[in-house]
Amino acid sequence: MQLPHPPVIAAWASAGGKRESAGPLAEGLDLLYEDNRLGQKSWEKAEERLLEETARACMKKASLNPDQIQLALAGDLQAQCTASGYAMRQLEVPFAGLYGACSTMAESLAMAACLSSSGVGDNILAMTTSHFCAAERQFRMPLNYGGMRTPTSQWTATAAGCVLLHPAGQGVQVPSVAFGRVQDLQIKDITNMGAAMAPAAADTLLRYFQDTGKTPADYDVVFTGDLGKVGSELLHELMQQEGVDLTNHQDCGCLLYGDDPTVGAGGSGCGCSAAVLCSHILPALTRGEYHKVLFVATGALMSQPIFLQRESIPGIAHLVELAAPAK
Amino acid sequence: MNITPEQYSQMSKKASPNSPIVKDCLWAFGVGGSICLLGEVLREIYLWQGMEEKDAGLLVSVTLIALSAITTGFGWYCKLAAHAGAGTLVPITGFANAVVSPAIEFSTEGFVPGVAAKMFLIAGPVIVYGTLASVIYGLILFFTGAAG
Repeated sequence: MQLPHPPVIAAWASAGGKRESAGPLAEGLDLLYEDNRLGQKSWEKAEERLLEETARACMKKASLNPDQIQLALAGDLQAQCTASGYAMRQLEVPFAGLYGACSTMAESLAMAACLSSSGVGDNILAMTTSHFCAAERQFRMPLNYGGMRTPTSQWTATAAGCVLLHPAGQGVQVPSVAFGRVQDLQIKDITNMGAAMAPAAADTLLRYFQDTGKTPADYDVVFTGDLGKVGSELLHELMQQEGVDLTNHQDCGCLLYGDDPTVGAGGSGCGCSAAVLCSHILPALTRGEYHKVLFVATGALMSQPIFLQRESIPGIAHLVELAAPAK
Repeated sequence: MNITPEQYSQMSKKASPNSPIVKDCLWAFGVGGSICLLGEVLREIYLWQGMEEKDAGLLVSVTLIALSAITTGFGWYCKLAAHAGAGTLVPITGFANAVVSPAIEFSTEGFVPGVAAKMFLIAGPVIVYGTLASVIYGLILFFTGAAG
């Protein structure tokens, strides 16, 4: 979807937990939390607080009050997206919930861009969050359970990101977006999400390049959201098979934690690509280090019951084209 | 994309690193063996204290379970298990960890729907199929007359 009037990302904010605060992108994160509980009684409430504080930080940067926001699009990994719903209870802004698993940042940003471009609102927020501890107890095992992680497993980021869109003005431009199609190449290993999501990223990118006539060389970097090391390698192979060389690719899951060996194949979770977008990609575009990039966040659309019923893991990838602010 | 699930499965297997099996086995052997050694040392101490053979064995189990529960509570057991794998899973300490960890985790949902209901989330299947296996074993012994 080419947006006739490219909206702009006028402000953004990001937050990270303890591990993210020790990572290579810590400097770019607006809010750093040493205590992953954020002083709350449960991990779920901590995640809710993480999103609320990130949204407040974003509005503060733009000198806006919650009552000046026309719409907030948000989602998270908790069942029924409660982190977003409960954060919005505190913020009191018009809210529409989204679920795209780890693709939620690109999904919410793409939808916000379309709405903003149509001129229905001056201030539209797009945001998402994830919390390692809340995700572990929902999808995997209790935190103190003595289990081993496989080398292909990824680490759910305790992080959040929020962006504010204006229909026009100064800021990072969003010229086009592409909503992905669900892809499923029958991966059933819940500890190998990168492999499950890589076909979705490849499909969205290939269709985008085919439709627009552009190539990866038209961009400084093609960012994918949390494919990790394994998924990134598979994406390169899939693209190469279709005759597209993806030499300028970077993955948010690999960027958030750098070479930390304890995170397995890299970071994941909605907050991973959101935090990398707001702490690294948008600032770099603003500084002029990048002129044009693609931001493709990927999500695995499964749940614990469906996985236990031995269903394969479908993936989705949404794409957002970002361009440096006009001079 | 022109790729079948079978082709992608092969591609994915090639791209996915395997667990370092030799290192993992050495860790499991070392830590699992150490836990068993600790059990033997405890047994000798209890015997030396004048306990009966049967009571000493029982106390060893109780002590190891208590140690596992306490170290689980402090978040130490999972840190050791991240390296030791089966070394911490197989001994009785692993079973204690599997009961205590969900009890702690779900304490935020209250004592009845949280702690009590979720306590056997991981250990439950072991108890169910362990009991079932013992019943089958008992029946085999009964019908073959091996029970004497």
